[in-house]
Amino acid sequence: MASYSTNEFKAGLKVMLDNDPCAIIENEFVKPGKGQAFNRVKIRNLKTGRVIERTFKSGDSLEGADVVDVEMQYLYNDGEFRHFMVPDTYEQYQCDEKAVGEASKWLKDQDSCTVTLWNDAPLSVSPANFVELAIVETDPGVRGDTSGGGGKPATLETGAVVRVPLFVQQGEVIKVDTRTGEYISRVKE
Amino acid sequence: MPNDWQPVCSIEILRLRAQVFDDIRRFFSARGVLEVETPLLGHGSGTDPQLDFFTTDYCSPPLQHTMFLQTSPEFAMKRLLAAGSGSIYQLCKAFRNGESGRFHNPEFTLLEWYRVGFTLPQLMDEIAELMAVLFNGHRVLNPVQRFSYQDIFQRLTGLYPLEFSYQDYCAYARGNQMPEAASICGYDHGLWLDFIFSHNVQPQLGENAVCMVYGYPACQSSLAALNEYNSQITDRVEVFVNGIELGNGYYELTDAIEQDRRFDEEMSIRQQKKRTFPVKDKRLIAAMEAGLPECSGMAIGLDRLLMLLTNSASIDDVLNFPINRA
Repeated sequence: MASYSTNEFKAGLKVMLDNDPCAIIENEFVKPGKGQAFNRVKIRNLKTGRVIERTFKSGDSLEGADVVDVEMQYLYNDGEFRHFMVPDTYEQYQCDEKAVGEASKWLKDQDSCTVTLWNDAPLSVSPANFVELAIVETDPGVRGDTSGGGGKPATLETGAVVRVPLFVQQGEVIKVDTRTGEYISRVKE
Repeated sequence: MPNDWQPVCSIEILRLRAQVFDDIRRFFSARGVLEVETPLLGHGSGTDPQLDFFTTDYCSPPLQHTMFLQTSPEFAMKRLLAAGSGSIYQLCKAFRNGESGRFHNPEFTLLEWYRVGFTLPQLMDEIAELMAVLFNGHRVLNPVQRFSYQDIFQRLTGLYPLEFSYQDYCAYARGNQMPEAASICGYDHGLWLDFIFSHNVQPQLGENAVCMVYGYPACQSSLAALNEYNSQITDRVEVFVNGIELGNGYYELTDAIEQDRRFDEEMSIRQQKKRTFPVKDKRLIAAMEAGLPECSGMAIGLDRLLMLLTNSASIDDVLNFPINRA
């Protein structure tokens, strides 16, 4: 893998830090007029998701990390692993719960999502920004109440719980923003 | 069609820049300080171990010389001072290779001025007066703050900056989420000070105010005179507003032999760091041998000043054609 110098640290660049694959978020050049130049780098550990700040002497370098995002289709859960497939090549990958993480609550069979591979092994899974899921359980709402205020919890087919307006009923399919976990709208069948 | 022919900054900022130039010229003209112009291109270079210069070739067949774009107009202006110019100022471009970021553009604009007969405190008074003029109408500032480096460093970190304690500095770094500091700085006192100052001191300086820090540790300045009463510190001042470094000034070193010694020392540091080897400015040394008058000098980064006047987040926002569009 190539190595990258501090002035090549751009947002999104994947590098190895403390033996973990990381993504650069922000890189600030700090240089006193009469002193040593540093780069203060905000970096996300792709294994843990944690964001840390780290300073480098300008000109220092880090090894690149072989990390790629691949669009895949979610196939099924065998109880231990979740299985994904690259639609073009039919190549399959299995992910443990740790790699799937929070994404598990938005994953429905056949849905497409992004799997991040590190050295060709799944590192993490990101659901699509918007998913459409059926409500399996929610209190019966008050008909005619179309106000947005209040709302009620609704359990979706994947197990996720989101707040929905009072008029939304059990059995209906709704659109949810997975980044915020917020209800967007009902989906007309 | 690419639209990167267009300026990044607005036409309004072009006007503001012109206004700032105008204010500066009026300020110095009223005080009898002479505006000068010196070459951007020189045969000698600075020796500062932390700066990289742009080099270029001067072709005058059959001869070819390497020449340097100045990293500041300091040397040429000091030669004018030695020649008897009296107090002078200059608005010019300076060039520092590789410096690019939110607060840096490799080509930038400086105001640099020298006051013959001024001590550092007198220079600081003048800086405060100039800042008041330049900020007037753009931003209401809190009263000017003045701290000695030692006081402010100690107050904000609890560390004593003039003497090096590896244990204390490491413990501080560990306690402040900077565990990497120890491996970066090692046993280099100056580097530790740069690290801690730029991470934990500077960001807190000058909240909506002009903050001047004076009396830098001797390991941190090559062209300032050592303080008369305390040889651990130099007569150097830095100006900050909202944590942004705006400029640097000295009660200037006038001793040619000492200057030559510092140049040599810095050149050997550059050699160790494998940075481009500089060409010592012998004409500056000669000018100092002839006699540089006692004086204080200051440089202010005008692009950063414009950032502060307009509340801009990046230097690119106040430049028409930053390096990527130049």
